[in-house]
Amino acid sequence: MASPGRVVLEVRDLHAYLYTRWGVVRAVDGVSFALREGETLGLVGESGCGKTMTALSVLRLMPEPAGRIVQGQVLLEGEDLVTKSESEMRRVRGRRISMILQDPQTSLNPVFTVGSQIVEALRMRYADGVDALRRLAEEALRRVKVAAPAERLRAFPHQMSGGMKQRVVGAIAVAGEPRVLIADEPTTALDVTIQLQYLVLLKEIQARTRLAMLFITHDFGIVARMCDRVAVMYAGRIVETGPTRALFRAPRHPYTAALMASVPRMEASVERLPSIEGQPPLLHHMPVGCRFAPRCSYVDDRCRREYPPVVPIGPAHEASCWRVEPSPPSR
Amino acid sequence: MQRYILRRLLQGALLLFIVALVVFALARVSGNPIDLLVREDATAEDRAHLQKALGLDRPMHEQLYIFLTGAVRGDLGQSIRYRRSAAEVFFERLPNTLKLLPLAMAGALAIAIPLGVLAAVYRGTLVDRLAGGLAVLGIATPQFWLGIVLIYVFSIQLGVLPSARMGGPSHYVLPAVTLGVFLLAGMMRLVRSSLLEVMGSEFVKLARLKGLSQTIVIWKHCLRNALIPVVTLFGVYFALLVTGAIVTETVFAWPGVGRLTYEAVIFRDYPLLQAVILLKAVIVLSVNLVVDILYAYLDPRVRYA
Ligand SMILES: Nc1ncnc2c1ncn2[C@@H]1O[C@H](COP(=O)(O)OP(=O)(O)OP(=O)(O)O)[C@@H](O)[C@H]1O
Ligand SMILES: [Mg+2]
Repeated sequence: MASPGRVVLEVRDLHAYLYTRWGVVRAVDGVSFALREGETLGLVGESGCGKTMTALSVLRLMPEPAGRIVQGQVLLEGEDLVTKSESEMRRVRGRRISMILQDPQTSLNPVFTVGSQIVEALRMRYADGVDALRRLAEEALRRVKVAAPAERLRAFPHQMSGGMKQRVVGAIAVAGEPRVLIADEPTTALDVTIQLQYLVLLKEIQARTRLAMLFITHDFGIVARMCDRVAVMYAGRIVETGPTRALFRAPRHPYTAALMASVPRMEASVERLPSIEGQPPLLHHMPVGCRFAPRCSYVDDRCRREYPPVVPIGPAHEASCWRVEPSPPSR
Repeated sequence: MQRYILRRLLQGALLLFIVALVVFALARVSGNPIDLLVREDATAEDRAHLQKALGLDRPMHEQLYIFLTGAVRGDLGQSIRYRRSAAEVFFERLPNTLKLLPLAMAGALAIAIPLGVLAAVYRGTLVDRLAGGLAVLGIATPQFWLGIVLIYVFSIQLGVLPSARMGGPSHYVLPAVTLGVFLLAGMMRLVRSSLLEVMGSEFVKLARLKGLSQTIVIWKHCLRNALIPVVTLFGVYFALLVTGAIVTETVFAWPGVGRLTYEAVIFRDYPLLQAVILLKAVIVLSVNLVVDILYAYLDPRVRYA
């Protein structure tokens, strides 16, 4: 585990909604977290709780024209991204914050060679000529351990295996030497051995560049392996954050506890989190109080009336639940 | 690739054979050409004589055999009206049509692509709705009617453009517009819908994640993909144009193969009609083959085996 560096990305009370025909989907509804240099923060939660939307709204790339950030701040090294213009954002994307998308199989443009797609990312960062950029691209592929990189540059995406494409997408993501990398379930499409290799690779890149990583996943096994801290998300909000070990040892929010209880063993890998009793609320039809109240076994009247405040529990550990007793930070 | 082309050529030959059979049959069920060729006071002997001269007295299968073997050798018979080789008449008229079709095609493409892109990028706005309205109008307007309206407005009322026959550049405007509008409307809708689909894909998100500008994302990453279905349908469009040329050339008295088709039908000049249809089929099939080869360049996933 890397020593905690300075905060590079801080998200404060972010609200990002989708204005759809069926109503306003409050996909991100008051999310706050901080990400330090060299650190990996895991973002876990059931499907549809707003993990991807959180990531996309940080980059200001929510689906158009439905998505909009309605409130909050995204501070990248102190600068607020929410108020930046589109052309300013273009200089942030790829160079300062990158993202590996959820589906590597469709992330590459089928009609261009892999080489030209890597070069395109490099050109955003380096003002070198085409030949120099191609050498850099070759180097980028070598760094993600793609064999025969010079030949691979000439290949089209459909000529590559899933694992190989995933590496290319990874190479593109780190091509601009970003400070922050968001990885959205980067390994769900891969089989287990390739998954492991890829995770090790990401760790290596991180160790070399002191990247701050936001790692979105369903898989507690991967969380245990990759993340220094975990944030648990439910229905558009983060309900508990804490150091991986503390959170695994003693989850404090009933949702976190239920999530972890539904995984047989800690190392077990699940595609989707097994269902907890009941359904998550529809994000355009949110309950008034605690969002988990309808499914919670400890629910009382106050939970249904009022959303619980964030309660500090231990070092860097906090949860939003009326049942949690605040404890002074231990020395 | 060579095997692919060879296979396509064989398929084309088979198709042409079927077209020839249909053409042969159609020409013989649509009325007796002898009636049109002889004077009203002709005697039965005159008719029999002419029938014999044209080979129409022989049994059907013999006529078919003569027709097919002739066609293979490039001899498509004598035009009854022009009293010359039908193929010769066709190729004399072909250049006139070939001056018109690419013009209509290029014009339609040049407008359909930017308009389709605009409609997709500004979907749901006034621009999109206007473009959509124009497209519906373009598809629904009968060509002959559009031709006549254009002649009425620009030739008769305003007197700025010539209404008929070939001549200087101004002669091309109205026929090309008439021919192209239909195509433009269909293509524009296709560009719009396929671009919208592409714009939602993950690789577009990745392109934007790299920090590329919206302009590059749309015109490079999206359009190249969105044009694949447009190119696929190019062969169909071309066939539509060849058909559309019959109406347009007739309205504008344009001496091309479209008008020739019309004449052949009206005068029951069935050797000429057979020749025109067969030769047009050859052209449409060749264009389709070329397009499919071009298609491989646009979409690297296409494999010809
Ligand atoms: N384009 C869209 N239009 C409208 N609603 C959307 C759109 N994309 C996502 N949503 C909704 O936003 C909510 C959050 O979606 P998001 O993709 O962030 O979930 P997720 O946590 O990433 O889930 P998963 O683990 O399945 O990827 C979901 O309820 C989803 O239905
Ligand atoms: Mg997601």
